[in-house]
Formats: sequence, structure tokens, C-alpha cells
Amino acid sequence: MLYREAGDFKSTYPSDNQTFPIRFDRYAYWALIGFAFLVVPFLLTDYWANSIVIPLLIYVIAALGLNILIGYCGQLSLGTGAFMAVGAYATFKLTTAFPWMPIYIVFILAGLVTAAVGVLFGLPSLKIKGFYLAVATLAAQFFLIWLFTRVGWFFNDSATGMISMPERTVFGVLVTGPAASAMAVYMTCLVFVVGMAWLARNLTRGTVGRTWMSIRDMDIAAEIIGVNPLIAKLTAFAVSSFFVGVAGALLFGVYLGAAEAGEAFGINKSFLVLFMVIIGGLGSILGSFLGAAFLIVLPVLLKVFLVDALGWPADLARHLEVMIIGALIVLVLIVEPHGMAALWRTAKEKLRLWPFPH
Amino acid sequence: MSDTVLFAFEAAINGLTVGIMYSLVALGFVLIFKASGIFNFAQGVMALFAALTLVGLQEGAIPFAHLINATFGTSIHHFGFNIPTLIAIPLTIAVMVGFAWLVERIVLKHLVNQEPIILFMATIGLAYFLEGLGDIMWGAEVKRLDVGLPQGGNIWFEENTQWLGFGNENFYGFYIDTLNLYALVIAAILVTALVIFSQYTKQGRALRAVADDHQAALSVGISLRFIWVLTWSIAGIVALVAGIMWGSKSGVQFSLSLIALKALPVLILGGFTSIPGAIVGGLLIGVGEKLFDFFMQPIIGGATENWFAYMLALAFLLFRPQGLFGEKIIERV
Amino acid sequence: MTVEQREQVPMLDTQTEGYVTADGRQIGGVVMELKNITLRFGGVVAIKDISFDIRHGEIRAIIGPNGAGKSSMLNVISGFYNPQEGELIYKGYKRPQMRPYKVSRMGIARTFQNIALFEGMSVLDNIMTGRMHHMKAGFLSQAFWWGAAAREEAENREAVEKIIDFLEIQAIRKTPVSRLPYGLKKRVELARALAAEPQILLLDEPMAGMNVEEKEDMSRFILDVNDEFGTTTVLIEHDMGVVMDLSDRVVVMDYGKKIGDGTPEEVMNNQDVIDAYLGVSHD
Repeated sequence: MLYREAGDFKSTYPSDNQTFPIRFDRYAYWALIGFAFLVVPFLLTDYWANSIVIPLLIYVIAALGLNILIGYCGQLSLGTGAFMAVGAYATFKLTTAFPWMPIYIVFILAGLVTAAVGVLFGLPSLKIKGFYLAVATLAAQFFLIWLFTRVGWFFNDSATGMISMPERTVFGVLVTGPAASAMAVYMTCLVFVVGMAWLARNLTRGTVGRTWMSIRDMDIAAEIIGVNPLIAKLTAFAVSSFFVGVAGALLFGVYLGAAEAGEAFGINKSFLVLFMVIIGGLGSILGSFLGAAFLIVLPVLLKVFLVDALGWPADLARHLEVMIIGALIVLVLIVEPHGMAALWRTAKEKLRLWPFPH
Repeated sequence: MSDTVLFAFEAAINGLTVGIMYSLVALGFVLIFKASGIFNFAQGVMALFAALTLVGLQEGAIPFAHLINATFGTSIHHFGFNIPTLIAIPLTIAVMVGFAWLVERIVLKHLVNQEPIILFMATIGLAYFLEGLGDIMWGAEVKRLDVGLPQGGNIWFEENTQWLGFGNENFYGFYIDTLNLYALVIAAILVTALVIFSQYTKQGRALRAVADDHQAALSVGISLRFIWVLTWSIAGIVALVAGIMWGSKSGVQFSLSLIALKALPVLILGGFTSIPGAIVGGLLIGVGEKLFDFFMQPIIGGATENWFAYMLALAFLLFRPQGLFGEKIIERV
Repeated sequence: MTVEQREQVPMLDTQTEGYVTADGRQIGGVVMELKNITLRFGGVVAIKDISFDIRHGEIRAIIGPNGAGKSSMLNVISGFYNPQEGELIYKGYKRPQMRPYKVSRMGIARTFQNIALFEGMSVLDNIMTGRMHHMKAGFLSQAFWWGAAAREEAENREAVEKIIDFLEIQAIRKTPVSRLPYGLKKRVELARALAAEPQILLLDEPMAGMNVEEKEDMSRFILDVNDEFGTTTVLIEHDMGVVMDLSDRVVVMDYGKKIGDGTPEEVMNNQDVIDAYLGVSHD
């Protein structure tokens, strides 16, 4: 009987319009935030941090970004990997060129740089759509990665062609480099995830979000009722790339520590994030969390069960994983095109009525 | 003639032969797109899968041997017999037809009337599934594929082009793989066969009817599902041909599925609905990327093949979105 | 003068005199005048040299057989098609060629023949999208949901709720549009157009595919809108009964040409119109 909206009357439009209209959801949300900030940091081991929690948080940001583009604005992009690379390389260039710059500011600036690049490659979306646009974003993917591996300026002409992150602190605590503690890295990622999820929610609930969705659902009608398609699409590309860029910056800055564009940000990254968005739920912020969590946890689980427990060779487990992901994508699109988030919503609707469904 | 011009020519000829591969994959795309409006991202992986299956059958490898070994602790790999190529190819075709049937049954049937973008994403999923399946069924190591096609350079071609050097001593004639000449011929045969099939047979007419208008085709009694199985089967056979060509040249390996990505810009150049477009587009991209790399390498560095095709496609999209041969789309409300 | 400035220019009750309708409403001066509009698609002439005017506060119908060019006419007015010849005078100024979203900003809203709602959004969001021009909060304000953004959202919600009440769709305000039946979708589309508080409301076959009761409801809404907000309405409709009852003046089109213009009674007795509808051999 916990999950009720009866009696929870809204008397103002803002309160009717809030993120969690049901009281129980609100409490659960604050409890979760409290847990993530106050409890998790003290429970976190290096293994959990590195194999699940930190990649999960970083990919949530990337998935949020791509979801804004595909799920909210309906523009398909296969260039996510390259845009993450832009964030990573911008971080590298900024930290090495301006060593005094606070690292959080660097991450945000890296996001802004990516946003600018994203707008540039988003320009074709004004003329083309659907998978035509997907091909245009592939151009971004391959061209940018080529640029980052070929032009020495981007990796400061390092002999290996790799970029590596210098050590940086926040309030005296080391957050980048191999010596940074799991707790510091976790808190950094968490702050960004919470902040950016909040931004994403704000942008999608108001006019900006509605113009995106109107372009997604019917672009011609949207233009006739007054949506400026140029602004709608380019803001979607900018915001999306900003998120993806920050994710790339974090992935390189606090998680990988060193990276090579072709290897860390190849086309497979683009697909990985795309799958997170599809499985999690197109056009849903919660979906971005669920999708990222699912695709980060699945390989770990498969490894634990098949390789560690059953003694399978690692490559076989990996192939099985590829197969499962592929099958899941097809399944999700057939059964529930709005992904895990839609399943969650259905479950909640049932729960609202439980135990008296009629 | 100067060295540069001759080498540029050689680069262009190489490009033509790579282009044939792109054309073959793009051809599979066009077939499926015409019949079902689906942009089949899995076409390249289908080529990989077909080639893997062919090699597996030839060698008499046990499907899922790795999986069985890992699960039951056995150590089995081969049946102990080899299947001759002439039998293995029809068997592989049968597998591809079976795959087409399954795709129709399990995927397409449930995704009718979905938006194209959803279908596109579904085929990306399909590509991943098929890739994983291929690796689990036949193992992931690079395999040598030999169906009796000749290897190595073509001496006849080299000798007979030497005169083009006009006395240039560094020039011994153009080098070209004999295999690529075969590929050219086979592609031509394939396209001719397809054109004859679609123009002069009952099924071909049904196919074109479906491509034109699903509803109308249904209403005159054409089975949409049969047509889909048919087109996916044909696409499977085209994939097998592409797989054999590529596999004979550089071994059956994952890079094969990456040519699928190259086929996308080919389609944008050629138009999504045009068979000649796919061929011409493939050749143009093949030649274009080799020549571009040849001339730009000293200036901006090599490996521009990675992105040239996409950038070219992008330029095309901005100025002629319907491609070279596609039909113009008029929007209405 | 920019589009925005022009928007501020008051209605020009120019030299044209208004008139009084049969039911006693006062109709104002000319809001929009179409002069010698010709629209071609390649070699096909969709609209051929058509002129008529739309007066403030009236319900203007465009009728004609299928393929007469009625929807094309509406598309010209809403800026989706640009005519090759002729000019369009809106509020006393010649309207230059402009993108449809700018036309919409100048106070022209419309519905579509085949419903063009945003299927993935709720009814409320659809109607709020129609109100976009009234929301001016900047991007950052929205990103941080601070200041103007939150305030505007609440204010405009109030305006939208009035329309929701008016069209009696309170119960479905949070329902995704894709789940609604046809008749309700049509009503939501009308709501979305009304939310813009347009100067001219264009309705493309608002009653197509409806049953008698739904048609009656929709007719009542159209009359009420005109009555209550004084919205100038241009509508295309096939149902002759509806057209005769609702409209103040009617334009009749056939094969892209105007064959009649006047009050419903005048049009009904026009020989050309009768020929077009009953058929006469073109020789």
C-alpha cells in the first residue's frame, strides 16, 4: 500500500509537473542519492569500482547524451565513439596546455569543445535524415579518429601515439592518474552524473525538449506549427555532444588514464552506447541509466559465470556476449521498442493498483 | 609516361578491384532495400558468415565445436572428412536460405510497419548476433578459403600493359591479381542474372511490385513473406559470392564485415534503389579512395581510405541526396 | 522591417468595409489578401491565378472536388509551398517568401488533413508545443530550470488548461497521443493550433472520417472558437451541409481555378459550381 497517488493532490501546475509526482518515488529518489553519496564511497572496493561502478557512471553520461539525440530528437548517430574521443583529446590538450586549470573545469570545457564539433557534424542533419544521417555521422567517426591518430599536435607528438593523463587534484585530493583512489574517482563521476542527469531532465521537460520531440515525431508538421528545425536539431547535436564529450573526458581522464583514439574510441564504442540507449529505452532518462547498467554488468556477469565458474575460454564467452547483445537488441525492438524504461513504467502502473487491480 | 601517372593508373586499377567488393556488398543492400525498405546493416556480416560456413563445411569442421568442448570437456574439432567445394557451395546456399527464412520468421514478421530507423537498428542487432554466432559456430581464427580461384598476379595482364610505359625503364606493366579479374567477371554475371531474374520471371515481377507498393502487391495476391524470404535468400547468395571473393584474397576474418560499412557510402553515391547504381558507386568509391590516398599521402599522410568514402558520401548527401541514380523524394503533408 | 516587428503592427482596417453576417456578427476588414496566386509542381499547375481575401473574424470555407487544389491553397497560406506567381498580403504588408515556422510565428496556425500530431508525446505536451511562441525563456534558463523557464512553464500551462477545458479533453491530458481514437486526435490537433492564439486558423478537413455526432461536436467547437476568441478561420471541408451551416463566405475551386466566391447561398446558386459538382462535359 506504499505506492499510492490517491490523496496526493496537486494544487499548482509546477507541482503537477514535477519529476516524481508520486510521493513514494520522491522519497526513493532522495534515499538513492543519499546512499550513492554517503554510503557507497565507503563500501567501494577497487574491483567493484573499476569493473562496474565507474564505467557504469561514465557510460550513463554518454548514453544520456546519445539518448537526447536519438531518443528525443530522432537523429541517428553512429559517431559517438569519435565524439567521446574529442572529449578525451580536448581534456588532454587543455590539461597539458594549461596546467593550472581546475580539472572539473577542464572536463566541462572538453564537453563544450565536443559540442562545437558535434554541431559541425550535425549540420548535414538539416538536409538529410534517418540512415542517411547515420552515414554522415560515420564520416565523423572515421575522419576524427584518423585525425587523432595521424596529426601529432593532438597527442603532443608522443612516441607511442597515445595520450596519457597527468595527475590533477580537486580540493587537495588526487582524482586523475593511476594513484587516484577509487573513492575520489567515484565521487567525481557521481557528481557529474547527478549534475548532467539533472540538466538532461530540465532540458527535456520544457520547450527545448518539446521542440526536439516534435522534430522526432513529425518534422514537417513541427516546422509548420512553428518549430525552427535548424535550432532544434543543432541544439540537440550540441547538447548531445556535450554529454558525450564529458563522458569521453571522464573515461580518459579518470578511468583509462591513457588512450589511443583508434583503440579506445572506435566504431565499437559508438555501437555500445547506441545499444545502451536502445535496450535502456529511447527517449527516457531512466532508460539511459538502465541501459548503461545492463550492458556494463552483462559482460562482467558472463565472465564470472562462464569463465571463472565454468572454465570457458575467455574469447568464447566474449562471442557469446556479442551474440546475446545482438539478439537482445532485436528482441527489445520487437517486444518493447521503448526498452527497459517502458517495462519499468508498466510495472509501476501495475504497482499503483496492486493489490486490487480492478 | 612519367612514373607518377603510371603509378596513379595502377592505384586506380587496384581501386577498381576493391570497388568490385564494395559493389557486391552494396548489391545485397539494394536488393533488400528495394523489396522491403529495410536498410540491412547485417549484409557485410552475412558475407562473413557465409564464408565461414563455406570454409567450415569444406574442412568438415564440427559446428559449435568450441562450445561443446568448453561445456562437456571434450576435444572434438573435425568430422574427419572434407566436403568438396562443389557440394559445399550449394550447402552454404542452403544455410543462407535457411537463415533468410529464420530472419523473416523471427524478426521481419514482427517488425512490419515499424519506422525505417527502428528496422535499421534491428539489423545492427542482427549483425551483432550473426557475428557472434559465426564465431561460436566455426571459431574466430582467420581461415584460409580456397575454392580453386587462382592466386597471385596476372602475368598476361602485366606483360600486355608494359608498352604503356613508352620506354620507361621502371615500368614492367600493371600489376593486378588474377582473382580480381575473376571477381570482375563474376560480378558482371551476377548482375546480369539478377537483371534477367527481375525483368523476365514471375517472381521477379512480384519482387518489383512489392518494391513499388507493399499494400498494392498484397492486394493482388503476392505473398509478401515469400518475397521477403526470396530477397533475403538472394542477398545471402550475393553475400556468399562477396565472401568467397574477399575470403580468397585475404582470408576469412572479421575485417570482412567491415566492408559493410564501406557499402553505406557506396549506396549513397549510387542511390539506395538502383542496382547499376550500386555497381557504379562501388567502383567510384574504390577508385576514388585509392587515387585520393595516392595523391594526398605526401601531403596529409596515409590511411585516408578510412574516411574518404564517408566524406565523399557526405558531400553527396548535401548536394544530391538522392544519389546518382536514385529517385527524388518529394515531401508532402 | 523584420518579421518580429511586423508582428507588432496593429490590424489594418484599411479601406475595406466590414459586413454583417446572416446571424448578426460584425465581420471586420481584410486580414489576408491573396492576389493572382499560381503554384506549379514541375509541369503540373496545382493552383492557377487565384485571388480572394479573408476578413477579420469570419469563417471562410474553401470547397471543391478532390484534387481541386484546396490543400495546396492552405499550404500556400501556411508557407509550406511557395507560389511561383502572385502575392500574399497579410495585415497590409506583402509577405515575402519565408520558412513555414516564421509564418506560424506571425499568427497563422493550422491543422492537417491526415492528423499530424506528435505521436510520441502526451496530449498536454502536444498542446504546449503549439504555445511555443509565447515562451521566450533562454536555453540556459531551461537547462537549470531557473527563473523564466519554470515561471513560463506554469503560466502557459494555465493558458493551455483553458483550451483543454474548452475542448473538453481534461480526462486525456496526460495520455500519449498514440493511444487516442481518431476523433479525439482531431480535437487535440485543434487544441494545439488554438494554443498558439492564432490570428488566422487554418483547418484542413477537420471533419474528415468522423461520424455524425463527432461532426456535430467539431462544428460546435469551431463556432465556439470563432465566437469566443473571434478567431478568423479558414476551413476546407467536403461535407456540404457543414460548410453551408458554418461558413460566412465560401471559395469554390475546381482544377486549380476559382469558380465561385461568395456567401453559401450565392455559391449554391452559381451555375459553374453546380456544373463542377454535378459534372458537365468540358468541351
